[in-house]
Amino acid sequence: MYSLFMVIPGLLGFYLSFTDWNRYSSEINFIGFQNFALIFSKQNYWDSISNTIIFTVVTIVLKTVIALMLALLLSKGVKRFFNFYRVVIYLPAIIPMIVVGIVFRSILHPATGVLNEFLRGIGLDFLTQQWLTNPDLALYSVIGVDTWKGIGYIMAIMIAGLQVIPTEYYEAAQLDGANSWDEFWHITLPLLMPTLTVTTMLNLLYGLKVFDVVWVLTNGGPGYATETVYTVVFKEFSKGRYGVSTALSTLLFVVMSICGYWLLKTMHAKELEA
Amino acid sequence: MKTNFLKSMPANLLAILISLVMFVPIYLLFVNSLKDEVQSRAMGVEFPTSIHLENYLTVIEQGKLGTAFVNSLLYATGATILVVFFSTTTAFVLSRNRSSLNRFLYFFITLGIAMPINYVTLTKVMQATHLINTVAGLIILYAATKIPFGVFLIYAFIESIPKEIDEAAIIDGCGPFTLFSTIIFPLLTPAWVTTAILSFLDFWSEFILPLYFLQSSAKWPMTLAVYNFFGMFEHKWNLVSADIVLTILPVVVVYLLGQRYIISGMTSGAVKG
Repeated sequence: MYSLFMVIPGLLGFYLSFTDWNRYSSEINFIGFQNFALIFSKQNYWDSISNTIIFTVVTIVLKTVIALMLALLLSKGVKRFFNFYRVVIYLPAIIPMIVVGIVFRSILHPATGVLNEFLRGIGLDFLTQQWLTNPDLALYSVIGVDTWKGIGYIMAIMIAGLQVIPTEYYEAAQLDGANSWDEFWHITLPLLMPTLTVTTMLNLLYGLKVFDVVWVLTNGGPGYATETVYTVVFKEFSKGRYGVSTALSTLLFVVMSICGYWLLKTMHAKELEA
Repeated sequence: MKTNFLKSMPANLLAILISLVMFVPIYLLFVNSLKDEVQSRAMGVEFPTSIHLENYLTVIEQGKLGTAFVNSLLYATGATILVVFFSTTTAFVLSRNRSSLNRFLYFFITLGIAMPINYVTLTKVMQATHLINTVAGLIILYAATKIPFGVFLIYAFIESIPKEIDEAAIIDGCGPFTLFSTIIFPLLTPAWVTTAILSFLDFWSEFILPLYFLQSSAKWPMTLAVYNFFGMFEHKWNLVSADIVLTILPVVVVYLLGQRYIISGMTSGAVKG
């Protein structure tokens, strides 16, 4: 079943991305690399690829850094209510992205949105922005919303990673007179590296195929400012230009297969160690 | 004790602040779902001046939420059952019978956790199998996307069940099917419950697959119905909020009841203790 729906379409993609397959003719002709040539020659396809890369890289950095700080805060700083905080911070992760997007459309509204109201309220008027309609800013607003939603999941993984670090290391370090900064750099971070690798890979795979958060927040606009690979794939698909759409998906498929293979290798390798 | 508490005060304050940031949007939805149209226009933080529970009734009638709810429930439950069935059986066979073919199959299946779906070519497969725009098609599709994860999670768990149990059961005259259904499956309960909850939540939130493969609005799940409703009533935030509250209510309830399973399940794949 898995083969039928995930593997066959993937392989079929390799063939169909070299064709002029579309909704308007029943014939499918082989046209060589024309689809790929088109992708690499038109500005909006390029934009979608570069936006996807920016989205992926920035979300990886933001999520990793913020989630790590939160994980440390919850496992080292907070003594009580640890589970309560974790439940609340994880909550956005289970809410459908489509819903999150709709709520943030109102929060980020330039005139009436809660975010700008709040900034005005505390006297930071100059920070108020056209969050989703300013082409230079829209992509980063989308990134912000996505980070808000995704942070809890990454944090939970990191907390689990922190819990398996033996406390003896910290006790020994304290005997040697290490401060908490030393402990972080010389114990926590190195021992957390395998966990960070996994979260980075998860964020990477997620970022490359991002779709719904963009779709509901900006629909790829303004202009092509927030267009990502999967939003273009869907738009081409709805226009009936299946060939180009397939070619673009196939590019992504190849990139992600390589990343996915690598992720799985790391995870299986860790299993052997454990 | 008291000094300890004082020492952790800054950390607690920070944690409370962050929790607030995470919670504000959900709070906004809830208060605004109770306001009238004028007051909810700005989707503000203030409490409603008068409670308008009838928003919920309006939404259920106009947003066709009843059908959408039943659809979502049907897709999510159906697919979850398929996932649990196929994941447990597949994982059992692959884990107990380690031929090199099975090792390869395990690797191949778990690769699916990371793989993207090629939606466009998938339509061709769906057409060929006559599953496009059908309830059964969507359920099977949902299930197919989550089976790799289920196999991965349950496979690791089966390894912790001693093989001697199988052997003892076989000596007592158990066939492979009774062995699985009466002995292994009950032992796997924590693993398959985790898989089931996680799958259910994901299926409930799924937006892309129905967007591509369901054309008729009568078959739409909650996510598509909400999205469509938002398009129609963009400025009536009280109704949109009520609609959303009803959509997320089931997942929030499932989450609060099963949060231990959820958090441990989501992280067990990534971190091996």
